[in-house]
Amino acid sequence: MIETERAGRSFKVRGAVVHAVRDLSFRIEPGEFVGCLGPNGAGKSTTIKMLCGILTPTSGRVRVAGLDPSRARTALARRIGVVFGQRTTLWWDLPLRDSFELVRLLYKVDRKLFAARLDELTEALDLGGFTRTPVRQLSLGQRMRGDLAAALLHDPEVLVLDEPTIGLDVVSKAGIRSFLLRVNAERGTTVLLTTHDLGDVERLCRRVLLIDHGRLAFDGSVGDLMATAPGTATIEEVVTRLYTRGRAAPPPVEPV
Amino acid sequence: MPARRRPDHNPGLPLAGPRAGPGTACHRAITLRRCVSFSLYARLARYGFRKHATYVAAALAGAFTNSVFGVLRASILIALWQARPGLAGYDVTAAVTFCFVTQAFIGPMQLLGGGLTLPERIRTGDIALDLVRPAPLQLWLLAEDLGRAAYQLLVRGLPPMLAGAAVFGITTPRDPERWLGVLACVTAGVVVSFAWRYLVCLSVCWLADDRGVMVCSMLLTTLLSGMMVPLTLFPGALGELVRALPWAAMAQAPADVYLGTASAGSALAFQAAWGAALLALGALATRAVRHRVVIQGG
Repeated sequence: MIETERAGRSFKVRGAVVHAVRDLSFRIEPGEFVGCLGPNGAGKSTTIKMLCGILTPTSGRVRVAGLDPSRARTALARRIGVVFGQRTTLWWDLPLRDSFELVRLLYKVDRKLFAARLDELTEALDLGGFTRTPVRQLSLGQRMRGDLAAALLHDPEVLVLDEPTIGLDVVSKAGIRSFLLRVNAERGTTVLLTTHDLGDVERLCRRVLLIDHGRLAFDGSVGDLMATAPGTATIEEVVTRLYTRGRAAPPPVEPV
Repeated sequence: MPARRRPDHNPGLPLAGPRAGPGTACHRAITLRRCVSFSLYARLARYGFRKHATYVAAALAGAFTNSVFGVLRASILIALWQARPGLAGYDVTAAVTFCFVTQAFIGPMQLLGGGLTLPERIRTGDIALDLVRPAPLQLWLLAEDLGRAAYQLLVRGLPPMLAGAAVFGITTPRDPERWLGVLACVTAGVVVSFAWRYLVCLSVCWLADDRGVMVCSMLLTTLLSGMMVPLTLFPGALGELVRALPWAAMAQAPADVYLGTASAGSALAFQAAWGAALLALGALATRAVRHRVVIQGG
């Protein structure tokens, strides 16, 4: 469903070439639920942007749903859903349902199927109470649920999420997580998410990709990930170890 | 592993495979459908209108300012035309009318710049979301901007005209055809103004800060659109040049049609030429942005 082959992306910053991503190769099968980890600046978002067709790889090859994202961007956009946790696609000043209506027209979803799908998502994401509220008045948790619904109304085959749980409280996080599991299990939607919340990884992902310095540093199941460190290490310790390989780890902070 | 269905909600969608790339029949069909999705753009215009309608107080404050400045401008023009009657082919009433008509254009045509949230979106990286959508960015924003302009024409356009009529007395076209012509030219003027502002906004991608270009654009637009003084005042070759530039398509051209000093047909042709040229340039710039820009932020 998603395939990258020695994909790379470099930027020219004041004459110097910066490699945000290099030689990245991985393959995600239909129906998988994959978490993408990596320290800040590792190249996760650049990778996501290449998968969505926003950025063209400067080397290598990327295929999503059988399409080359940068060349068949429009065709691809109809088959993937994208949510950036720190941004919103919703119309700030208008009621939430107006944004959904725009999604219907944009993706040319049949009216009847759209209504059914919207009902389903309204129920699953518990949107009922605020579809008539202007988006600027929604809480972050409500807005994120709205954004998720907007990304799924056209029933995409692939869902790409960039930090979908950022800034959310425990209850909202749990709601979003169980929804994502449901989408993946019931509709067979392939999910790729980046996150810094290791709870997301533990509870959601069957497979983990770890990107560091723009390269793939680990690819395997959560069990394999845990096995990279001695027995009793928590997932936090395991990931810290992987992030700080070849560097001095920050001193551990004891709980007060 | 669950098998993936064909996207059955929309049988028109292509299946993944070698037949789905650009240049193929499938791709052309999608492109064609994209061009005719009028309802999407009509909806965007409606949302643009409603989005601005949520800020009534701001629009009314703008209308008040435009009216007050209209009275000031008109007083200066009256003094000028009393000293030099018949200057630039206008009499005093025509000059005053021109003044209030162009004051009414300030809101809808954003003659003082701005109106687009694009620079902000580029700076914060929100532009990434706009680039994911399966719709051309420029057309998307144009539709929204037309909705905005329609709202501002009502709320910021009418008050200065009424103020002018009440304080000094202005002329109005008698026949409905001329009104239609005026309306068409105002719409075309908004398109030209949008196309220009869009280009100014996209420059942020290369400059990372829009304040400098915004100030330049504001100076050029206020001076060369006819908002300050009628462009017929510029002498000789300079006048010829100024009246042929895109800014003249924003305020001067529709005002001429309103006053009856130009035909709607020739004004529209002039506006259409600049509109097409600037939009084409905008489309090229959008492509360049897609290929070059570093999208900011995480």
